[in-house]
Amino acid sequence: MATHLSAADTRPRHKRVLPGLSLSLGTSLLFISLILLLPMTGLVMQSVDMGWDRYWQVISDERVVASYKVTLWAALLASIFNGFFGLLLAWVLVRYDFPGRRILDALVDLPFALPTAVAGITLATLYAQNGWYGQILESIGIKVAYTPWGIVLAMAFTSIPFVVRTVQPVLEELSPEEEEAGMTLGASDWSVFRRVIFPALWPALMTGIALSFTRSLGEFGAVIFIAGNMPYVSEITSLMIFVSLQEFDFPAASAIASVVLMASLILLFAINIWQARYLRRLHGRS
Amino acid sequence: MSSHQAPGQRHQLRVGDSPWVKGLLIGFTLFLTVILLVVPLIAIFQQAFVEGAAHYFNSLLEADTLHAIGLTLVVAALTVPINLVFGVMLAWSVTRFEFPGRKILMTLMDIPFAVSPVVAGLLYLLLYGNNGWIGSWLYDQDIQLMFAWPGIVMVTVFVTCPFVARELIPLMQQQGREDEEAAVILGASGWQLFRRVTLPNIKWALIYGVILTNARAVGEFGAVSVVSGNIRGETNTLPLHVQLQYEDYQAAAAFASASLLAMIALLTLLLKAFIEWRQERSLNIEAEKERQVTQ
Repeated sequence: MATHLSAADTRPRHKRVLPGLSLSLGTSLLFISLILLLPMTGLVMQSVDMGWDRYWQVISDERVVASYKVTLWAALLASIFNGFFGLLLAWVLVRYDFPGRRILDALVDLPFALPTAVAGITLATLYAQNGWYGQILESIGIKVAYTPWGIVLAMAFTSIPFVVRTVQPVLEELSPEEEEAGMTLGASDWSVFRRVIFPALWPALMTGIALSFTRSLGEFGAVIFIAGNMPYVSEITSLMIFVSLQEFDFPAASAIASVVLMASLILLFAINIWQARYLRRLHGRS
Repeated sequence: MSSHQAPGQRHQLRVGDSPWVKGLLIGFTLFLTVILLVVPLIAIFQQAFVEGAAHYFNSLLEADTLHAIGLTLVVAALTVPINLVFGVMLAWSVTRFEFPGRKILMTLMDIPFAVSPVVAGLLYLLLYGNNGWIGSWLYDQDIQLMFAWPGIVMVTVFVTCPFVARELIPLMQQQGREDEEAAVILGASGWQLFRRVTLPNIKWALIYGVILTNARAVGEFGAVSVVSGNIRGETNTLPLHVQLQYEDYQAAAAFASASLLAMIALLTLLLKAFIEWRQERSLNIEAEKERQVTQ
C-alpha cells in the first residue's frame, strides 16, 4: 500500500501532460447540454406554465394514482424475482463448469439485446389463452396475459441481466479462505453461505435489484402488449403519459412525466451514492 | 463428500460443491432459463413461419416493411457514429483529467438509462415540437424535426448515448495514463497518441460499446413511438412496424418483422461472446508472458 502511494505521488499530478482536455471536455459538455439538459427545460417550462392547482389535479387524478400503484408494485415484484433468479444465475455461472455454460452466459443478455416491442408481442402470444404457456396456466386457473401479472412478467423479463451482471464480478473475486475456514470447521453449506458469502454479495445484489427496479419503472414497449391496459387495473404510468399525448394534452403529459422523471432521478442518484460508498468500503478493506 | 477430503485437496472445499446441490442448482437454473428465455426466442421464429415460408418472405418484401427496415438502418447508421465520438470524448475527459464536477458529469451521463423512454420522447417533443420554444421557431423556418426522421434520430441518440462511454470509462480508468504520458513525452502528437496508443488498448471495449449502441438504436420503441407520428411507409421504424402489424391482427407478419430484430439481437450476443473470448485470451497471454519474465 505504501509503495503504491509513493508511486502515485511521483506521477506529475498537477502538470497536465496529456492533450485534449478542452476538446474532449468541451465536446462532452456541449453534447450533454444539447442532448440532455436543454430538453429538460421544455418539461420544466411546461409544468410551471400550468400552475400548481392544475398540476396537482393531474398528478393526483384517480386513474393516474392507480397507475403509480400498479407500476410500483409490478416493478417491485419483478425486481425481487430478479434478485433471486439473478443470484442463482450468477452463482451457477461463476461456481460451476458444465456443458453449455458459455451459451447460458451469452443468453443472459438476451433481454437487453432484444427490442422491447419484440419481447412484448412474444410474451403476449405465449401467455395468451391459446398460447403455449397460456393454455397450461389456464388449465390450473391462472391468467397472466392482460392482467397485472403480465406487467410483472414483462418487467422481469426485460431486466433479468442487471442482477446477474452486478453480482457476477463480485462473486468471481470472492477470496476462498474464509469460506474454506468455515467449511473446515464443519459448518454446513447453508450457514457458510449465509454468514460468509451473502454478506459479501449483498451490496452488489442490492445495486442490481435497484437497477432492475429503476428499469422496470420506465419499461414501456414490453409491457403495453401484455398488460391489457385496463384503466385502474393494468395501466402503467408511462402509458398514462402516452395516452395524454395522444389526446394532445401536453400539460397533463408533462405533469405526469415530471413525477416519473423525478422518481427516476432520485433513484439514480441514490444508487450512485450507494455504489460509491460500498466501493470505497471494498477498496478500503483490501 | 466435502467434509471427508484428503488434506491435499482442501482447496476444493467450497460451498455448494456437493454433487446434489450442484446438480439441483444447475438443473433449476437451466429449467428457468429455458422457460423464460429460450422458449420465447424459439416462439418468435415459430410464429413468424406459422403461415409458411412463402408468407414469411412476402410479408418481409412488402413496401412498408422494406421502408421500415431502411429507416431503421439509417437511424442506426446516424446514431452510432455520433455516440461513438461523444463516448470517446467523454471517457477521455473523465479518465485522463481531474476537474471539478467530474463525478457530476458521470452521473449526468447515466440519466438516459434511468429515464423512461416515453419521458425521453416527450422531452424532445416539448422542445422541438411545433409548440415548443425551439420548435415554433423552426416551424417558422419551415423545418420539421418531430414526426419526421430527424426527431427519431435525436431521441435514439439520447437513449443510446451512455453505452460507449460506460464501456470505456472503467477500462481506461484501470489502464491508467502512464502509456499515454510516455508517448507524449516521446513527442507523439494528439492524433498519433490516440491512434497508436489509446485505440489499440480500448479497441474491444469500443467495439462492444458500438454493438450495444447499435442494438438499442435498432430496437428502441418507447421514445421513438412518441416522436415518430407512426406514418406508415414514412416514419415507421421496424419496431413500430411490428406494433402496427400486430395490432392489425397480422400476427405472422408482425413476427416476421420481429424475427429480423431477433436475428440482430442474436448477432449482438454472438459478437459479445466473441469479444469476451478475445479479451480473456489476450489477458491469459499477458499473464503467461509475465510469468515467463519473472521466472
